[in-house]
Amino acid sequence: MLILFLVIVTGAALPFSSFFIRVFTGDMSRGIPGHIEKTIYRFTETDPDHEDGWKGYARDLLAFNGIGFVILFILLLLQGFLPFNPENFGAFNLFTAINTATSFVTNTNWQVYSGETTASYLTQMAGFTVQNFLSSATGICIAIAVMRGITRQSTDRIGNFWVDITRCTLYILLPIAFIFALILASQGVIQNLDPYAQAIGYVPTGQQTIAMGPVASQEAIKELGTNGGGFFNANAAHPYENPTSLTNLIEVFLILLIPVTLPLVFGRMTGKMWQGWMIYTVMLVLFLGSFCTLYAAELTGNPLVKELGVSGISMEGKEVRLGLFGSSLFATSTTATSCGAVNSMHDSLTPLGGLVTLFMMLLGEVAFGGVGSGFYTMIGFVVLSVFIAGLMIGRTPEYLGKKIEVLEMRAAVIAVLVPGVLVLLLSGIALVLPNVEELMKNPGPHGLSELIYAFASMSQNNGSAFAGFDASKPFYTLIGSLAMVIGRFVPAVSMLALAGSLAQKKKVPPSSGTLPTASVTFSVWMILVILIIGALTFFPLFAMGPIAEHLTMIGGI
Amino acid sequence: MTSLKRATLLFTVLFLITGFVYPMIVTLAAGFLFPNQAHGSLIVDNENRIIGSTLIGQNFTAPQYFQSRPSASGYNATSSGGSNLGPTNPVLLELVDNRKNALQKAGVTDPIPSDLVMASASGLDPHISLESSLIQVPAVAKARNLPEEKLKALVLAESVNSPFSGAYVNVLSLNKALDEMDQ
Repeated sequence: MLILFLVIVTGAALPFSSFFIRVFTGDMSRGIPGHIEKTIYRFTETDPDHEDGWKGYARDLLAFNGIGFVILFILLLLQGFLPFNPENFGAFNLFTAINTATSFVTNTNWQVYSGETTASYLTQMAGFTVQNFLSSATGICIAIAVMRGITRQSTDRIGNFWVDITRCTLYILLPIAFIFALILASQGVIQNLDPYAQAIGYVPTGQQTIAMGPVASQEAIKELGTNGGGFFNANAAHPYENPTSLTNLIEVFLILLIPVTLPLVFGRMTGKMWQGWMIYTVMLVLFLGSFCTLYAAELTGNPLVKELGVSGISMEGKEVRLGLFGSSLFATSTTATSCGAVNSMHDSLTPLGGLVTLFMMLLGEVAFGGVGSGFYTMIGFVVLSVFIAGLMIGRTPEYLGKKIEVLEMRAAVIAVLVPGVLVLLLSGIALVLPNVEELMKNPGPHGLSELIYAFASMSQNNGSAFAGFDASKPFYTLIGSLAMVIGRFVPAVSMLALAGSLAQKKKVPPSSGTLPTASVTFSVWMILVILIIGALTFFPLFAMGPIAEHLTMIGGI
Repeated sequence: MTSLKRATLLFTVLFLITGFVYPMIVTLAAGFLFPNQAHGSLIVDNENRIIGSTLIGQNFTAPQYFQSRPSASGYNATSSGGSNLGPTNPVLLELVDNRKNALQKAGVTDPIPSDLVMASASGLDPHISLESSLIQVPAVAKARNLPEEKLKALVLAESVNSPFSGAYVNVLSLNKALDEMDQ
């Protein structure tokens, strides 16, 4: 079933990747959408034929996201005075607003608020949905700029950010989100601006107020852009966000679609499809490994509960209609990308199941990775792997004819290590602060897992949570915001720098001294490099958290 | 033009397109094409009162009805969410044990499927597994003084089969069908 599903995703990604190329070369800029695009350029006085170097590209990208932050922040504070607010929600509290605005601009969608009791429909649409589009488009732009850097030579230009983000939003994200929003709505995902429904309830059950809202339009882009911020507190476990096992598969399809497509876009752009397939394969192997581990762990279930005379897998925090397969597939996909939407409560997964979700985030979310961010982090790993291999066998490190030198290495190491260092640093600081246990819902090693998960999720811009952990204190909202900003923009800018530097270099034709990077050997090598960096950096944390809990559970300690 | 000014202009345009035009068109289209689903798959009675939604679970506890899953939010449909209790948390194990004892007191026998004693992710799960409804048959049959075979047939007729999650039953529609049969 999983194989069939992945074949479908890949089958869709293949034609989609050539569509990507056409969009970013301006080949799609015709007809009515092309007219809209040209009008936008006229209005913003943008010359679509002008291209920038990496510094200009990074400057524009930061300015654009900065504006996005300011607007969302203001919207959150003013929502009480604005329309489309049938439940009359007041302003977000200041710290929540800072954290939430940062979270949505950085594509994290970490949520310290609960949607149905805090956010007006205007905030959901003009605040969160907008950032779901634009933060994911930003990620894709960086990935495309990095691809240009690698494929071009003897130029310092890597593209025009204004043009890239406009095209990405108009031709890629909007049409797909629109179609899938309607498909989801046909299956029962709600889409309305009604006040909350007052139900009298079936005879014996009593009254029930049912939260409403424009959910489908947000659900589609939240998965497609690997954003993951739920309309409701229960996220994609809520029956109005994810009503059937079919919508569940559609949502996972959307989560994986762009991350699976990007390596193939890269293959097409370099003219060497095998280079794209190599990256795809590395991602696939990591994904399959983690899915199987998580599935097996959940299938085995919780022996402590079985001892009480309860049969079956542990259904705590899972939905009946989504089942074991649907829940495992979603949990793996959401942490393998930077999505962070959840259809089961990760806090209640078995220790090893929870470990897989934590592990996937800490690897850097590269299999298949967040929209854009997964791909460029993966290029960081490629550069690292090429360099280490080059050192070991005594060849000049080069990738696709480009020499890897000090600047490239510096950029790659920053992109790969910064989020991880943040996790370790912040978890360390949080642990020595007094009363930290009070924030944890669960005792023992599981509490530690909750804390690490929180910082991993924010630093890696995932946004899912072991939601028992209370991160709503001002201190945590602020260092959390800092973690999200650093975890997002430091790797992004350093990868743009790498792109800029590679673009200037001349391609060296492959010689007998060239390390072939589209080979099985290199794929295996890359998987090892990724695992060594992920596993060794965090092994002590894994051992003290989930692994210790697993041993306690099976009676080993 | 400075980068900041251009960023402001472009953001404004894309803000309007993705934040207003897009959700409004989806709202109109979904409301026109799928009015029932778009407005929450609500169930309305003869007097036009809203009974609930087929997608949102309700808390059935009375002995003459099939019981729903435990909910961390008490089936509050404006406060969705799970318990977030970890697998080795003594609080979880105690809750499960208490729920199991309550079910046994009501006449349900071991082994009890876990979905009936463990809380859902949303707190609003409208379903229970087919297994969980079948083991409740003797208790409900006794409370209503109905033959067990008749109830069992009703449960099987109400069950939905899914290749991804096994067979399950919508508790609200099962109990409605039960009342209709028992009139």
